[in-house]
Amino acid sequence: MEIRVEKIRKEFDLYPALHDVSLKIESGELIALLGPSGSGKTTLLRLIAGLEQPTQGRIFFGNEDASYRSVQERNVGFVFQHYALFRHMSVLDNVAFGLKVRPKGQRPPKAEIRRRALELLEMVQLNGLEKRFPSQLSGGQRQRVALARAMAIEPKVLLLDEPFGALDAKVRKELRRWLRDFHDRTGHTTVFVTHDQEEALELADRVVVMSQGKIEQVGSSDDVYDRPNSPFVFSFIGESASLPVKVEGGVVHFHGAPTGLTAQRDGEARLFFRPQDVSLIEEGPGMTGPVTSSRRLAGTRIAEIELGSPEKPCHVEVEVPLEASASNGSILSFRPTRWKLFY
Amino acid sequence: MSNERFKNPITESAPVRWALIAAVLAFLALFVLTPLVIVFTEAFSKGWEEYILALQEPDAVKAIRLTLLVAAIAVPANLLFGLAASWAIAKFEFRGKSFLITLIDLPFSVSPVISGLVYVLLFGANSVLGPILKSHGLQIVFAVPGIVLATIFVTFPFVARELIPLMQDQGTGDEEAAISLGANGWQAFWYVTVPNIKWALLYGVLLCNARAMGEFGAVSVVSGHIRGLTNTMPLHVEILYNDYNVVGAFAVASLLALLALLTLVLRTILETRYGSELSAGQKH
Ligand SMILES: Nc1ncnc2c1ncn2[C@@H]1O[C@H](COP(=O)(O)OP(=O)(O)O)[C@@H](O)[C@H]1O
Ligand SMILES: [Mg+2]
Repeated sequence: MEIRVEKIRKEFDLYPALHDVSLKIESGELIALLGPSGSGKTTLLRLIAGLEQPTQGRIFFGNEDASYRSVQERNVGFVFQHYALFRHMSVLDNVAFGLKVRPKGQRPPKAEIRRRALELLEMVQLNGLEKRFPSQLSGGQRQRVALARAMAIEPKVLLLDEPFGALDAKVRKELRRWLRDFHDRTGHTTVFVTHDQEEALELADRVVVMSQGKIEQVGSSDDVYDRPNSPFVFSFIGESASLPVKVEGGVVHFHGAPTGLTAQRDGEARLFFRPQDVSLIEEGPGMTGPVTSSRRLAGTRIAEIELGSPEKPCHVEVEVPLEASASNGSILSFRPTRWKLFY
Repeated sequence: MSNERFKNPITESAPVRWALIAAVLAFLALFVLTPLVIVFTEAFSKGWEEYILALQEPDAVKAIRLTLLVAAIAVPANLLFGLAASWAIAKFEFRGKSFLITLIDLPFSVSPVISGLVYVLLFGANSVLGPILKSHGLQIVFAVPGIVLATIFVTFPFVARELIPLMQDQGTGDEEAAISLGANGWQAFWYVTVPNIKWALLYGVLLCNARAMGEFGAVSVVSGHIRGLTNTMPLHVEILYNDYNVVGAFAVASLLALLALLTLVLRTILETRYGSELSAGQKH
């Protein structure tokens, strides 16, 4: 099911947690809400689920205005950040809960409920654990119980709040792949929240980058990584360096000297580039400074270079070939090969 | 204990330990055990038959009945009140919340005698409401309704105080999960909230009941001490004792002592078996 969020504003005690957020989620898409803590990801997810009411704006499920529909009527599967499993119920009862609480006419018979719950447990590869209680499961298993429980109500939309947040790195990677497979098999419209960019970039069809209650950029992993549209996205996703520059007569100047980069528009700006998108140069205009530290990173070396005046130094990290001499104090010159200016 | 040479830094030396334990035991024996033993020896001082007869005496029977009646009204009332108050406090945000919490603790800080007097001043014959009540034929003070009201007042913090910290600790996550799975408010409350708090609730009810049956001060003020009509067990004990009816007084008192012992045993069972589920409630 397609979801449209239209000009949503959400205030808590007059302090806005979301300003004027609009977003269209395609049917069957796997989409990530990515942003630092406090950027409003959970709030947006809860608004879609109906667990919060918007201060302004509307939410459409398909062509229907769902803004004032209750949580129960929206029929979304919600996986909570800390799973919120019912601790006094067995795994089976947890998964069966959504079917058991259906009104009389729509409630399947007991045996059918049990069969469906067992089927769901098999789908999340937890067969044989149905009699256990949540406290007797590992984090990854709890996560999958929460998912099976949410799936029991046959939702058309699946919402997951930091689904891997509480797991250790290895389980996290496994479950990540597993969720992608699961999504491809079931074809639900899936929205998940994360503050881990690697997770978002690897898993999602599209990534929604959020900051301070606003959507900064929506796009594929390539879009947000290669074509970030704001200083925030550039610095939040991947490694980056930024320098204050001035464009004069179409030439980008840093610290009064030309950098060899050109631009259309004159004025003060910030220059952004990634450590790997630079080339070391022997001569000609560029940026030059002493190496203040360097570290080996798998197949490459990262050097921190001090630029600008000694009173107001700017430190940037650039990738240098392993064979380049980058001992502390040695002078390096470089020029960004891919870069972006934000005025 | 096994390794003698390794000294646990927070463990005192053996003589100190034993001295402390002995002091506690002596204290308990003097102030708890001795009175308890005296209650039972006095009650049985003239034998079983006298004990049974004392309990079958019509005024005693009426006092027992009244106490049970008062508890049967006050405890469920405070169960409902405690649930509602802790639900509201733990699950919702509203103005004046901390004031409400303070208010719930009021009976703990006010002398029961004062609470009783308030009811007399409010509903008595010379009060503002007195004539109105009288014209409708309602008698509150020096009658059963007054006793029930005073008991409810004195015992209302017990359930709420057990539940509030526990429910605050648990938050609203489980309820949200339940409604996101299609449960209505009632189902969420019944299948999710209640099982999460059931042991703390039972614990609170036990304490509330023990106090409701044993309350003396507030009830004494509003009751008027009418034999066979407005005497609860504690009041009846006092009357019998003042009449030099030692066996009668201690026989009724022994029932209250038994109730206390029973409460103690149930409390211990609850604490050992479900300590973790009560824990948030124990932090205050
Ligand atoms: N129930 C609430 N009451 C008041 N403020 C809230 C509430 N929920 C969230 N906020 C505020 O809204 C902002 C966004 O929060 P949230 O959506 O949880 O961010 P994220 O999930 O991206 O970390 C934060 O500043 C947070 O403090
Ligand atoms: Mg969050």
